[in-house]
Amino acid sequence: MTQFLQQVVAGLASGSIYALLALGIVIIYRSTGIVNFAQGEMATFTTFVAWTLVDHGVGYWGAFALTLVIAFAGGIALERTIVRRVEGGPVITAVILTIGLFILLGGLSNWIWKAEVRSFPPDRPFPTSAWDVGGVAISKQDAGILAVTVVLVLALWALFQLTKLGLALRASALNPTASRLVGIRVGWMLALGWGLAAALGAVAGLFTAAANPPLDPNMMRPVLIYALAAAVLGGLESPVGAIVGGLAIGVVLNLIVTYDTHVHLDLDRMRIPMAFLAILIVLLVRPAGIFGRTAVRRV
Amino acid sequence: MTPLLELEDVEARYGPVRALHGVSLSVGEGEVVAVLGGNGAGKTTTLRAISGLVSTAGEVRFAGERISRASPERVARAGIAHVPEGRGLFNELSVYDNLRLGAFLQRSGFDEDYERVRAHFPWLEDRRDQQAGTLSGGEQQMLAIARALMARPRLLLLDEPSLGLAPLVVREIFAILGDLNEKEGLAVLVVEQNAKLALRSSSRAYVLEVGRVALEGPSAELAENESVRKAYLGY
Repeated sequence: MTQFLQQVVAGLASGSIYALLALGIVIIYRSTGIVNFAQGEMATFTTFVAWTLVDHGVGYWGAFALTLVIAFAGGIALERTIVRRVEGGPVITAVILTIGLFILLGGLSNWIWKAEVRSFPPDRPFPTSAWDVGGVAISKQDAGILAVTVVLVLALWALFQLTKLGLALRASALNPTASRLVGIRVGWMLALGWGLAAALGAVAGLFTAAANPPLDPNMMRPVLIYALAAAVLGGLESPVGAIVGGLAIGVVLNLIVTYDTHVHLDLDRMRIPMAFLAILIVLLVRPAGIFGRTAVRRV
Repeated sequence: MTPLLELEDVEARYGPVRALHGVSLSVGEGEVVAVLGGNGAGKTTTLRAISGLVSTAGEVRFAGERISRASPERVARAGIAHVPEGRGLFNELSVYDNLRLGAFLQRSGFDEDYERVRAHFPWLEDRRDQQAGTLSGGEQQMLAIARALMARPRLLLLDEPSLGLAPLVVREIFAILGDLNEKEGLAVLVVEQNAKLALRSSSRAYVLEVGRVALEGPSAELAENESVRKAYLGY
């Protein structure tokens, strides 16, 4: 039982990274109907920006905060300059664009920062020790990642549910034309969505680097697949679904590694196929996802 | 006196298809003006052209300001509220949130505006937490109008408020509109298929045919016009 709980906690920590990335995917999907395949590479790129800042003598947490701001601005700029041209057009154009961004940003990261191994973060951002809670060892890093995720999710919830700006963001996603008619600058709301998604991705990237050093330009590729699986599992339209989906995938993957004593799944090879299998099953069985909205409506 | 809203030779197109071929019309301060016409005559497009939802050529002026080719956001800021075809509600949001969005451009005075709107639609308060999409058709239309009023508009654009509603409900809605016009001096440009009702509730009217103004004049005169009667009133 102790081992089980321990693996659940560790799974929640990696799951929260998937959840953050998935949340970014959901925010963009809800507002623009675009599945952003570049979400993971955006995160990698911003993580390397953080590395550069640290390399120039900025402290880790200072670089962390600065990177979020840079990612936010970068996401907005990306939407305003490139993505807006395909919004409202055919879905396939948008898909090709985000896959193109995926390749472009991946290439840029490899080109600017070369594909060499870097140790990042320089020091562990969280203490390496662990707490003992009734025999269950909870690493401070896992707890830290979970805590930051919880704070971010609560902040986002407050932004979307409690502020006028959040109401405008939701309205723009639900009915862009009606939103413009009440005076909301929908274009900027969509850009803001991209900014928020990029910032969430940056946190996911930074935590991925912290949890699996060294820094690697391809580190977000598997995370993107898990995040996509999480988003599809929860329902692409549902932020709660993305979080629950991400945590669930993190925990399940971790438990499989721990208890798979018979089949000996080669997890490093099998993780991604399993994530795809999860996506496939959800799409076949319940395309709206577990938390997908079923809008009630009278005509 | 210059009119509140003035369209001069407005053309509009959806891609290669021209929907308006030079429409000129005006709405005076505090005036109710109706636009009649069959399906595809360009009624909805006329409203969309005013709001900047469709690309246009020609001049649109509102309260002395040129708003041709302005974005819908800017037109809303200028003081025009548009209740579009299909009502344009946020179906998934509550009645109250829909009203809050109506007041999006207002920095203050929400409570006063809410009270003012509630005086016309008292049932809103009982339903404030209900999802807008679950209201009846008549209630949805009223909510759409109420939301438009939250923006404190000088001009209300209404696209077929009677569509799909029972006659009794339609009468109620037009009674409220008459009230708003009389008591608050709200100017209204209403597009309607229900010509009889539209002519009775407006002071002037335009008849659109294939993207052009075919007839215009005081509503009472148009109601007597032989061809209007045959084509739109059915007697």
